[in-house]
Amino acid sequence: MRSRPKLDLRAKKHSSYFAYASHRLSGLLLACFIPLHFFVLSQSLRGASGFERYLELTDFWVFTVGEWGLVILLAIHLAGGTRLLMIEFGPWRGLRKAWTQATVLFGMACGILFLYLAN
Amino acid sequence: MGQVMSQGVLQAKLWYAQRISAMVLGLCVSIHLVIIFYAIRGGLSAEEILGRTQGNIAFALFYEIFVLACFVHAPIGLANILQENFSKGFISQGLSWLLAALILILGSTAVIGVYSGGNI
Repeated sequence: MRSRPKLDLRAKKHSSYFAYASHRLSGLLLACFIPLHFFVLSQSLRGASGFERYLELTDFWVFTVGEWGLVILLAIHLAGGTRLLMIEFGPWRGLRKAWTQATVLFGMACGILFLYLAN
Repeated sequence: MGQVMSQGVLQAKLWYAQRISAMVLGLCVSIHLVIIFYAIRGGLSAEEILGRTQGNIAFALFYEIFVLACFVHAPIGLANILQENFSKGFISQGLSWLLAALILILGSTAVIGVYSGGNI
């Protein structure tokens, strides 16, 4: 049974809904990725050559694009999560819309920096 | 009544656990992003990664703390999403515990792996 109230279009247009939805989606996708990431890293137990064989799999373009997306998701989840902690533990200053904007900008900046450095 | 009360207490404890772990993760993820940007220059190789991490106790401790914070944080978040959108039953609890086990076991194995480089 759903324990969440049904939201109308007006509520969903609010920037806080965007912050909520992007935080959930990025968190969910990161949760799916983390076990895979740890699995690849745990192959280092096979030594450098065994580990390299698994790392070579990430040379496929799908994985490279995926890594790029995950860095953006991580940045979005970090900034969006900081916003939540500010709302919950900081002095009350409303829904911190500036943090929602900062989340988007930080995600974009990390995405561009990744492309620039990874070449 | 008692069960309703204990459910409420459990929810409050889980809420706190997720927030405290979020504070730890905020620091860990910030540092991890810097390491990612440093490490991806010129591509990743096993030797390069192990060169940084093998025998480095500070790296190992940092990443084990990171794994433990993930182990607390992610399954609670997954359970919340599943319970609010689908069901409060066995499936959401089971999937969350599965995620917790995967993170703890694979994560700790990964930390031991990059610390030892396979020489155990």
